[in-house]
Amino acid sequence: MIAQILVDGVTSGAMIALGAIGVTLTYGLLRFANFSHGEFATFGAYAALVIAGALGIALGPGETLGDLTFGWHLVAALPGAVVLTALLAVVLDWLLFERLRRHGNAIVLVIASFGASLALRSALEFGFGPQPYYYTREIAMTVRLGGGMRATLDQIVVLVVALLLMAATHLMLTYTALGRALRATSENPDLARLAGIDVERIVRVTWLLGGGMAAAAGVFLGVTVQVRPTMGFELLLPLFAAAILGGIGSVPGAMVGGLVIGIAEAAAVPIAGAQYRAAVAFVVMLAMLLLRPRGLFGVRAA
Amino acid sequence: MSGFLSYALFFTTIALSYGVATLGLNLQWGSAGLFNVGVAGFALVGAYTTAWITAAPAETHWGGFALPIPYGWAGAMAASALMAAIVGAVTLRLRADYLAITTFGAAVSLQLVALNAQALTGGPFGIAFIPRPFAALSDRPLAFAAANCALVVAVTALAFAGLEQLTRSPWGRVLRALREDEAAAASLGKAPDKFRLQAFVLGAALMGLAGAMQAQFFGFIAPDNFLPAFTFQVWVMLILGGSGNNAGALVGAVVVWALWTGSGSLVSLLVAPEWQSRAASLRVVAIGLVLAAVLLARPRGLVGERATVSRSLE
Repeated sequence: MIAQILVDGVTSGAMIALGAIGVTLTYGLLRFANFSHGEFATFGAYAALVIAGALGIALGPGETLGDLTFGWHLVAALPGAVVLTALLAVVLDWLLFERLRRHGNAIVLVIASFGASLALRSALEFGFGPQPYYYTREIAMTVRLGGGMRATLDQIVVLVVALLLMAATHLMLTYTALGRALRATSENPDLARLAGIDVERIVRVTWLLGGGMAAAAGVFLGVTVQVRPTMGFELLLPLFAAAILGGIGSVPGAMVGGLVIGIAEAAAVPIAGAQYRAAVAFVVMLAMLLLRPRGLFGVRAA
Repeated sequence: MSGFLSYALFFTTIALSYGVATLGLNLQWGSAGLFNVGVAGFALVGAYTTAWITAAPAETHWGGFALPIPYGWAGAMAASALMAAIVGAVTLRLRADYLAITTFGAAVSLQLVALNAQALTGGPFGIAFIPRPFAALSDRPLAFAAANCALVVAVTALAFAGLEQLTRSPWGRVLRALREDEAAAASLGKAPDKFRLQAFVLGAALMGLAGAMQAQFFGFIAPDNFLPAFTFQVWVMLILGGSGNNAGALVGAVVVWALWTGSGSLVSLLVAPEWQSRAASLRVVAIGLVLAAVLLARPRGLVGERATVSRSLE
């Protein structure tokens, strides 16, 4: 029972963690809570749906990969969805957020992002309708992991890929020149500019990275659950909770925070019922804000 | 003619009930710079409170005390104020956008409770048969609509006059001073957290009143009435009208409600029935674009905040 909660919690937590990377990076760098970040995940999921569907028409329906429910079409669609969503994030910044940043008041950005979130979600709902889509109609195979734990093969693959993406992000931020520049800018933009860092470029990289990771989270959510217009919006509260839990600006913190939120949600289901799942993130976040507002790994005072 | 007139009266009634919520948000954001993304949550608390207090007993939900409507509205304001005091006590000392995230989370969680705590709220079916004001006139539609409209006009005027007094008073000056430069205001001995909490609680009480009035005028509430889109509408009303200005808040409420209902009737006239739910989502896209355009092109809104200058400079 407890082992099973861990399996379910870690899988959904890995997706929250992927999304929270972008939230914590844009929050740390641009100093605003981006309410439209959840829609990047939704957009990515639908982009993969369209690409995989187009590949299916062009090349004929493909075989599924072994006992997985999806085939090469979706595997090929993932990078496409990531790139498209990363571009969407940069374009949204260029159209809206960058202009508002120049006006000064950072908090106006939050309401603008709230508007962008509703507009994006409604646009997707307009295009695809409110009904859910599935990447496949195959039935997921369940694997026994020992100790009474079960997971679908899809869950295991998604978890492994998500962890690899997180590890790659962490290595990039820690060891490459770009990653160091990004962390320096997040720490102190003015000082970074003085040190010769192109801050505009760092902002673009942040949106690309955050948007791309959110898209991956959206596709994984589509594989393990379903694709629907509100999927990203429902992810938003867990994303914020993960970012706050880990400490704003800390990418490892967001990853750990995401896993903690995922496990907390899975653990609460037998107690409070699945219908209150979304409120769990809120309660955890509230407790964190009361006890340690700067988060587990945060340095900046809240 | 009388059909149009009673429609205009009903339109004004609902628009002004949004106006009261917008006035509340203007106190929080326009005067005190508090970022509340949970307007729908406070309106929800107000609406359900008045439904419990004023509706007749029913097996489908809790409450049903069948008390007169003024008790319902007073209870609604008190309940929303209490909610705000709890949320505010936790988050007002933190960074401004933490308040945004927390109020958003509170609204989402409250909506979940309304949806799932069936014994309390009637669940997804909501609460029906909420008594309407002036129910005795209901067989004369025009008089009924006029009486309701007069009532909401009176409430709005009262709220407007009270807020105008407050924002001009020393209390309002302290709020604006805190919004502009917290350190400077604090150095003059003003306790930032205390003033902010007062503004937050008072604003939330107005949102609760707005929710209660809507519950009473529609006679029916359901969790779907209080989705984040509600919060967003009130924000667009305030920003379009001009935050920091009470008259602007009311102008924004009427203009946005006119655009919203107007585009709704246009959709139902022009769009085939099977496409209507999709076209409805296009209206939300449009209102999002209006907000972005106003923020970029006219950040002060239609009316805008009056500059506050010393009397000796006027």
